[in-house]
Amino acid sequence: MAVAYKLQASGRVRRRKIVNSLMESAATIASVAAIAVLGLLVVSVLLKGVPALSWDFFTKGPAYFGQSGGGIANALVGTGLLVAMATGMSLPVGVLVALFVTEFARPTFGRVVRVTLDVLNGVPSIVIGIFVFALLVVGHLQSGYAGSVALAIIMLPLIARAAMEVLALVPASLREASLALGVSRWRTVVSVVLPTTFSGILTGATLAIARAAGETAPLLFTSSITGNLVTTDVRRALPSIPVTIFTYSEQPDPALHQQAWAAAFVLIAFVLVTSLAARVLLARSRSRLGDLP
Amino acid sequence: MRQPADALARRRRFGGRLGDAALYALTGAAAVGTLALVGLLTYKVFAQAWPAISKYGLSFLVHRTWDPIRGNFGALDFIYGTALTSFVALLIAAPVSIAIGLYLSELAPRGVRGIVGSLVEMLAAVPSVVIGLWGILVLGPFVAHHLEPALHSAFGFLPIFNGDPHQAGQLPAIIVLTIMIVPITSSISRELFLSVPREIEEGALGLGLTRWEMVRGVVLPYTRGGVVAAIALGLGRAVGEAIAVTQVIGASSGIHVSFFAAGDTLASRIASEYQGAASNLQISSLVYLAAILLVFTLLINVGAQVIVSRFEFQRTGGS
Repeated sequence: MAVAYKLQASGRVRRRKIVNSLMESAATIASVAAIAVLGLLVVSVLLKGVPALSWDFFTKGPAYFGQSGGGIANALVGTGLLVAMATGMSLPVGVLVALFVTEFARPTFGRVVRVTLDVLNGVPSIVIGIFVFALLVVGHLQSGYAGSVALAIIMLPLIARAAMEVLALVPASLREASLALGVSRWRTVVSVVLPTTFSGILTGATLAIARAAGETAPLLFTSSITGNLVTTDVRRALPSIPVTIFTYSEQPDPALHQQAWAAAFVLIAFVLVTSLAARVLLARSRSRLGDLP
Repeated sequence: MRQPADALARRRRFGGRLGDAALYALTGAAAVGTLALVGLLTYKVFAQAWPAISKYGLSFLVHRTWDPIRGNFGALDFIYGTALTSFVALLIAAPVSIAIGLYLSELAPRGVRGIVGSLVEMLAAVPSVVIGLWGILVLGPFVAHHLEPALHSAFGFLPIFNGDPHQAGQLPAIIVLTIMIVPITSSISRELFLSVPREIEEGALGLGLTRWEMVRGVVLPYTRGGVVAAIALGLGRAVGEAIAVTQVIGASSGIHVSFFAAGDTLASRIASEYQGAASNLQISSLVYLAAILLVFTLLINVGAQVIVSRFEFQRTGGS
């Protein structure tokens, strides 16, 4: 039997199909390329960082000039302290700001606060470093205290926006039920609204911590000129992992590069694990909030 | 929601009212404090830059020398470096991120979507100092030994690809910035593309359009404002990135057309002189650079907000 119709597209339709598949493959290639870059980065850090890891690396300060070995214990302690202090400042303030916007503020003022937080989030971290330098360091000296203030300013908009997002998910019926029982507003907030959103706020805080732990620019002008000893004195500049990587990477010494790779491995492992955990937590808390009446 | 709360207020006990007032005051103070913080930030940066601003005025922006020894400062070289690296990085990153956003929202099989999406977001979480370390030790040698010679032999007639290959220079800075912009803009674009109502997309496909025609005719027009804002956000990130750029750009003054040459951006110049400021004028000139950067990024951010709100207005007809 003769074939009456060709099933193959021809002419205009064929051209449209070709353009379509070209575009589809371009989009696919772009995604593959992005993941390849991530893969390259992670593989480089793994290959060069892991061999330099050792017990000494985690427990000793940097070696003195001309000596080999040494580690980043001082930077680990410093980063821990800086981030802990920054979280201590930004977490309560961020949650309070979010509560004001979602529970009390008029829509216009709420919008002003939102836009301000977005603007603050868009300010380059080096400018925040310069601001804290002008505010707290000029006329004094660099200090861990100043560094943590700079990190707290980076974290504040992240925490506040994340808290607003989960607070907005709390169903009005839950608040109204509490108010209808004669519970005062503040008690409703403290014992109904906040517990419901606890895990969501925790997620936001974790993401902000992951971000702050990797920030270098705000610390350069506020807490970078440090010694080799492990110190917990926040009135002096505290060493930190990012600043250590930055200064080592600018040196010509391959041994220091080796240390920088190992420090980068520690940092990237911390950042990726925390942000991944935070995302899993977020998905869980969202679906739980979604189940509420 | 205010209504029932107000009605109940009369019956509340004194303690409840006191607690409400306290919570209101506390949260209000935090909110107003945030606004004040941004104001203080702007004020402090300009106040610290004031010696340089009063000495040079706006001619700082077009003045080319940066000479700490003679105490003579100008920002033009760095403004050029910032504009060049950010603009070219954006030129590469914008289409790539839109493509990734489209792949993740329209093309990828359901199982792949989540995995690729979170991998791209992980790329966004990599600290800039790690990207810079990779840039200086892995990307730099690759660029100098393979990429730049190849570009030179293929496109050497273009002034941008002329000159000797270098490990550190504007080209690695552009690549590093591209890597940093793509994850942000592509995850925002994905969210935007997913927000397009299923019915319109299916309607377009039902009329016989191919997937690409549907994207061009429905998805992109529907999300245009948001995509522009996402790109603006990426631009803000590129303009303000200090650390990774400092590590790879080679810190040299001068206006170089060639991508292979070393240069400097506003942010990278600030970061590279963090230990070495000799005079008060040098410090305040550095802060002046930060002030320029602050104004740039504020303009970009506010611009993005305006675009989004105007676009929302168009789409919803002001309702």
